[in-house]
Amino acid sequence: MPKLKGAQILVECLKREGVDVVFGIPGGANLPTFDALYNSTIKVILTVHEQGASHMADGYARATGKVGVCLATSGPGATNLVTGIATACMDSIPMVALTGQVRTSVIGNDAFQEADTIGVTRPVTKHSYLVKDVKDMARMVREAFYIARTGRPGPVLIDLPVDSTVNETEFVYPDKVDIRGYRIQANPPVDPAAIRKAAEAISASTRPILYAGAGVMHSGAWAELAELARAARIPVTTSLLGLGGFPETDPLSLGMLGMHGFEYTNYAVAEADLLIGVGARFDDRVTGKPDEFARKAKKIHIDVDPSSINKTVMVDFPVVGDVKQVLRELIKQVKPPQTAEWLKTIEELRRKHPLVYTEKHKILPQYIIQQISEATKGNAVVATGVGQHQMWAAQFYQFNHPRSLITSGGLGTMGFGLPAAIGAQFGRPKDIVWDIDGDGSFQMTSQELATAAHNRLPIKIAIMNNQHHGMVRQWQDLFYEGRHAQSRLNPVDFVKLAEANGCVGIRVEKKADVRAAIERALQVTDRPTVLEFMVEEREDCWPMIAPGKAHDQMLGTYESLKDKGGAPQHRHLNPDEEAKLSLG
Amino acid sequence: MAEKHTLSCLVENQFGVLARVAGLISARGFNIDSLTVSATEDPTVSRMTIVVDADAQKLEQVKRQLSRLIDVIDVSELKSGEFLDRELLLVRLNGANREAVLKTVESVGAKVADTAANSLVIEAMGDTKRMDELVEKLRPHGIQQLVRTGRIALPRPAAG
Repeated sequence: MPKLKGAQILVECLKREGVDVVFGIPGGANLPTFDALYNSTIKVILTVHEQGASHMADGYARATGKVGVCLATSGPGATNLVTGIATACMDSIPMVALTGQVRTSVIGNDAFQEADTIGVTRPVTKHSYLVKDVKDMARMVREAFYIARTGRPGPVLIDLPVDSTVNETEFVYPDKVDIRGYRIQANPPVDPAAIRKAAEAISASTRPILYAGAGVMHSGAWAELAELARAARIPVTTSLLGLGGFPETDPLSLGMLGMHGFEYTNYAVAEADLLIGVGARFDDRVTGKPDEFARKAKKIHIDVDPSSINKTVMVDFPVVGDVKQVLRELIKQVKPPQTAEWLKTIEELRRKHPLVYTEKHKILPQYIIQQISEATKGNAVVATGVGQHQMWAAQFYQFNHPRSLITSGGLGTMGFGLPAAIGAQFGRPKDIVWDIDGDGSFQMTSQELATAAHNRLPIKIAIMNNQHHGMVRQWQDLFYEGRHAQSRLNPVDFVKLAEANGCVGIRVEKKADVRAAIERALQVTDRPTVLEFMVEEREDCWPMIAPGKAHDQMLGTYESLKDKGGAPQHRHLNPDEEAKLSLG
Repeated sequence: MAEKHTLSCLVENQFGVLARVAGLISARGFNIDSLTVSATEDPTVSRMTIVVDADAQKLEQVKRQLSRLIDVIDVSELKSGEFLDRELLLVRLNGANREAVLKTVESVGAKVADTAANSLVIEAMGDTKRMDELVEKLRPHGIQQLVRTGRIALPRPAAG
């Protein structure tokens, strides 16, 4: 049998895993790997910064459900990946990060560009491998991909000392993976008694709500979720990462709950008698004060990861297992509960407590996002940064398809939007990809405009330029008596920045020009378009549950804003259509 | 309420596992009272016996999080009365009043491991409680140095 170099074995393994694109930057310690990729069928995308590479791999994974791959050199290359790996870990995104490492003989000697990458990334990876011997390469790569995508997905790092990539051995691809400490996690057995109890609780409830999270996407269970909701007439709210898991055109959709969720949705959760958590982890941005969260409700929690259960909120009916598998069983066993009255109550709450905004001098970001939603009919893939614009995107874009929102939920990584949109566009070349961003977030990774332009990606980047870290400014106004410590940003000309990078740049200063600019961006097919919207500088994101408060104690409610000129925004359906769709 | 718990973990016998286990526990702010790593009947598997201070709900989380580690094969909590535990203890005592020391040593079932001009080293073995009591009895003789291995434990067979 002919011998192959370690880097060649790595590439052969990547091909067998179905990897078609890798994002990264070459450097001393990973040159053998780049050299092996040079003549392969795998596309290698050069990024400007390694953080960009990790977010691109992440965006690719979120948009496709496949494992995203990024590649960096040792030392600073590896440490630059860390933010992206941590982002993926918090949101359970399947990713494999490949890092160069100094030769095994000098590991620990403070060699040039050496960092203890395994040590640095240990708390933010699902698992990691150091390939000390080329003979382990095939097995470790195979296991890394398996671990990344099975069970509760997550990032796995493979650290590749130079000698592991240049030494030769026979290439034997392992037939199968068997990791004794991982068998149950990869495929946790479902307890039939737990399902039966959950099904009985649902059947007996009168005010149930399904609360769906990212697990619906990871498990590919959106059809089952919709089937259960529609068959049993149970309304569905989602976490930020669950958006798109249930179509928001459906009258049973309650949109997002939590800190910046809808007023009526949070009120409904506070009134529910049964909350059915589906692949969601009761994050603090969802629950507010954990003891007060859905306090009238019994709680079911379906999750593939047993350590998620009873972590923040104690539940009555835990069901460990793959969400799709569990939902299928529930569909068989649930007798539709009597929810007609409950749905009427929710319909009233929906009418009484809509989203609201008040027109001011400059354009409002909420309006811009409504226009993007309309222009794309809710069919685009939308990446975001983190902050006010992210919450407005969650509120005002109508997400109708799974894998259509690409956003950093758990870690809240500013700068995620642009590189994640690039990764998503590589994964889904035929779809329209938007990055709805803030000027603060965008600038953290804006150098990747060059990557997008060089690859002729027709991404649309909508920057809500309020010249502030807007959410920080809002909190300073709410909780720090208006002392705007370092929340005002230095002005930047984003149109010039776009043009300097080979993108189309358009500045929009009037509300009347918003839609035309969006339409123009949609017509550009051979390069990125940067739309710089000059928006209200001091617009606040409402409604809001202040940290540590309960769901029925919201700030910025419709009631409190309507007398100050606030116009209701019936978001899911226009009010006329809503009337036709009787929820009862 | 925080109390002492004994966890017994079977782990892959390879580098980096201790760092993963210790990192996970310390990242949640638990103090590790003692931790021993040792060989088992299977050379590819090591056993870690970990004694931590934690309340019951948090401990449940730690157990589940430990189970999530790929290199951890099994995690079990050893409940009071359901396991055998031992520690080894070495104490260097002031040798001034040697006769009195030897009397105490004999009465508690310990042994003299080494003697020097002005000191002597006592060795003893037993469960944690017994070792705690022994230390208190030896303390009046002037403890110069003390070292304990930390707890190793095996579950007792289930009754019946």
